[in-house]
Amino acid sequence: MLSIKINNRKYKVKPGQTILEVAQANNIKIPSLCHHPDVKTKASCRVCVVEIKGMNKLQTACSTVVKEGMDILTESPRVKKARNLNIELIFAAHIEKCGDCTIRYDCDLLKLARDYGIKITRFNDRKGKRKTFKFGNAVEIDGTQCIDCANCVAACHRQGIDFLRLEGSGVNQEIKPVRDQDHACIYCGQCTNVCPVASAQEQSEWPAVERDLKNPAKIMVAQFAPAVRVSLGDEFGLPYGANCTKKINTALKKLGFDYVFDINFGADITTLIEAEELLEKLKSNKKNKLPMFTSCCPAWVAYLEFYQPELLAHLTTARSPQIHNAGAIKSYFAQKHQINPKDLVVVSIVPCTAKKYEARRPELFYQKRPLVDHVLTVREFAFLLKKHNIDLKSLTGSETDALFNDGSGAAAIYGASGGVMESALRSAVCLGSVKDKTKKMSQNKLSAGRLEFKEVRGLKGIKEATVSVAGKRLKVAVVNGIRNFKRLSSKLNQYHYVEVMACPGGCLGGGGQPFPTTDYIRRKRLEGMYALDKSKNIRRAHENQKMLDYYSWVKENNLSDQLLHTSFPKKK
Amino acid sequence: MKKKLSLLQKIEQAGLCGRGGSAYPTAKKWQLTKEFLKKANKGFIVVNAAEGEPGVKKDAYLLEKQTAEVINGVDLAFKFLGQNKIAKVYIYLSADYYQKYHLKLKKVLAAKQYAALNKKVIFFIKPHRLSYICGEETALLNIIEGKRIEPRPRPPFPGEKGLWKKPTLVNNVETFYSVSLIDKNDYNHERLYTLTGALKYRQVFSLPAEYSVEEILRATNNYPDFPFFVMTGGGVCGEILNENQLNAPVEGSGLLMVFDKEKTDLNKLLDYWLKFYEKESCGACTACREGTYRLRELFENKQVKAAMFQDLLDNLEDSSLCSLGSSLPQTVKSFFDNVYKK
Repeated sequence: MLSIKINNRKYKVKPGQTILEVAQANNIKIPSLCHHPDVKTKASCRVCVVEIKGMNKLQTACSTVVKEGMDILTESPRVKKARNLNIELIFAAHIEKCGDCTIRYDCDLLKLARDYGIKITRFNDRKGKRKTFKFGNAVEIDGTQCIDCANCVAACHRQGIDFLRLEGSGVNQEIKPVRDQDHACIYCGQCTNVCPVASAQEQSEWPAVERDLKNPAKIMVAQFAPAVRVSLGDEFGLPYGANCTKKINTALKKLGFDYVFDINFGADITTLIEAEELLEKLKSNKKNKLPMFTSCCPAWVAYLEFYQPELLAHLTTARSPQIHNAGAIKSYFAQKHQINPKDLVVVSIVPCTAKKYEARRPELFYQKRPLVDHVLTVREFAFLLKKHNIDLKSLTGSETDALFNDGSGAAAIYGASGGVMESALRSAVCLGSVKDKTKKMSQNKLSAGRLEFKEVRGLKGIKEATVSVAGKRLKVAVVNGIRNFKRLSSKLNQYHYVEVMACPGGCLGGGGQPFPTTDYIRRKRLEGMYALDKSKNIRRAHENQKMLDYYSWVKENNLSDQLLHTSFPKKK
Repeated sequence: MKKKLSLLQKIEQAGLCGRGGSAYPTAKKWQLTKEFLKKANKGFIVVNAAEGEPGVKKDAYLLEKQTAEVINGVDLAFKFLGQNKIAKVYIYLSADYYQKYHLKLKKVLAAKQYAALNKKVIFFIKPHRLSYICGEETALLNIIEGKRIEPRPRPPFPGEKGLWKKPTLVNNVETFYSVSLIDKNDYNHERLYTLTGALKYRQVFSLPAEYSVEEILRATNNYPDFPFFVMTGGGVCGEILNENQLNAPVEGSGLLMVFDKEKTDLNKLLDYWLKFYEKESCGACTACREGTYRLRELFENKQVKAAMFQDLLDNLEDSSLCSLGSSLPQTVKSFFDNVYKK
């Protein structure tokens, strides 16, 4: 242990920590902007400067490692002067668009200006003419708001995509996309998750949702994804990983939605289709169709389309949970309630920016129209709730609307890397053991076989397992974070089934999740999901009776191709 | 080691400090790098001949006239750190210097005694743009690694984590040259001064390191016979002194520039510095990127006397990431104090 002094108080601290880490652990406030645990420290914003006795210049707390005897001042006149001026300079480089900004209730920059009484109008704005770069309909980078920390570039690099680059130098530097034959945005939105000022952000759809909510002719239906329930609480002061399923149902109703459904139901559909397809592929024994890839991560699909289109045929034909769920809403639910599907507006709440792109894909339309009308990230949803003075924390919970339900335990883990794989294996192991295919699924005893597959859980980059399915030894792999796919691509033919999630940790670390998302918080969300799985009576997707009812209805009406399956052909 | 001193001891006794500008004790740098190399599987040497400071010409002078001594100094470092541990030795220079001097350098390197060194030498041509920051020792690490041109937060210093996170010795050409002289017991505590500006003899001189401005001007027969002021250290990053302050030594990269007081437009000079810094700022840190822009803006709005102008200078001095940012205040403040306001 080292002894140091901060503001004339002695502390015993572990070596190797930065001053900022020590301060945070001891409740000493040192403000920071560009610092993010996921991003390599660049010490660029100069907001966390501190005075260290014996050193000429001020030092940044984020980058300076504690040393024995260090005597640190965090609020000396020198520190205040430099910190306040740097905040003011940053503010002058950021054109405020606070009114419509989704992070306005938690904006670090605004908080800093408020906390330190910064004058924000002494300089002229200098970025008025900067461009906004839009990537698909998912992500955008608004150059007028950028404060030059380049966290977005680091996040894109961390994904192994390197689509964003900081070009130029000095005041003329600018974050720009690399538009050439070797780079494309995959819409994962990791850049939006590390931008401290919402310059990199999702393309907002909340205004459209607000508008439709006011339109009496529309029947508003909300559906929320598996990973939302364990992260939304962050925005309202609930503990990390707290399960808010029931509060979310209430919150959505309060916001004005007529019906609220849970995408976990859709996840059970995805699992069943995917497990069936896997068994089918194993039986036909055609080597070229294996491995089968998961397809519920739209950033992963976008990655394949651009970088390795020759592998597209390996994607499962199962649609993604949000599309399955919306399909059930706009067909089965609409019919049962005698609603014209055209009057329905389905809004997804997801931890993802790429789902915005997925919702617009014609391959996933039903009767030539999109199944999901608007997609909101968790941040947009939290913003809407705050804007309408709905405090999630104080709400009493309620259930999802009837006809559907909140899914099995298998669906609960969809938002964690390895969750889709484990869910499909749970069902494939059972369904693969069935001999009599003529009987209805519910008449077979399908609860036998292995339930948990802990080898595929966790935050490692690549997870592998060998499992027995339908009398065969299956080799499976889970890729956690798109950059890790490259490590697998040379030996793909060894595997039968591969799950890929573009974002680190899976959807629980999605680009649309609340700030901050760090490894500690990813772990908490992950624990929340597996706890939810354990608490469920039904933990296998194919045991979800309401889902099986829908499934039978689809089969009876010959709508399988329109509602359950899809394919992503090579472009061009 | 009874009577014969080791090279490190000799360097230490000579009190040699880095000649690139920041004057870090050379013996300490070498020793620390060697310590860190013990724990690493490999390391690097960078011979910094970037000479990005406007007006300074001493690296060119050495590459031209003292090629053999420079290479010998590099070889001494190479052997001191351990030939087997050093993976590459980068000679880092501008395209112009490469063109002029690489054949000379290669000729010396071709000698049998430098065979081991020669195998590891790589000439690295620095980028044309941002020529100033390209000479900063952590920025040049980024450049060699193919990364963006910007300094790294220090610590860690290059001696601990330099090129590709391996211990790296970065020294200026003149430092290697001086080490060579020290090793041969030929070092007489001189350093190179680049004399320029309103002078009769504008060239590089080798003179005692402790000489004052006045002594240098007199020794080189250059003392002006008109009212003047001087800039010492570097061509943009230095200290401005008036005629009553000539007892000060010349530090930094050894530049001594003389201005004819009557013929110099002081506002133009200030304008030149402010624009230079704004253009050369790499953009990495707020204090420098935004600060140099706002300083130039205030100057153009004739608000040099505003408190904000002073605040921005203080902020650069106190909170910029690298020494480029903190050197502008030194130049401008000494200019105000010693010349502009007089």
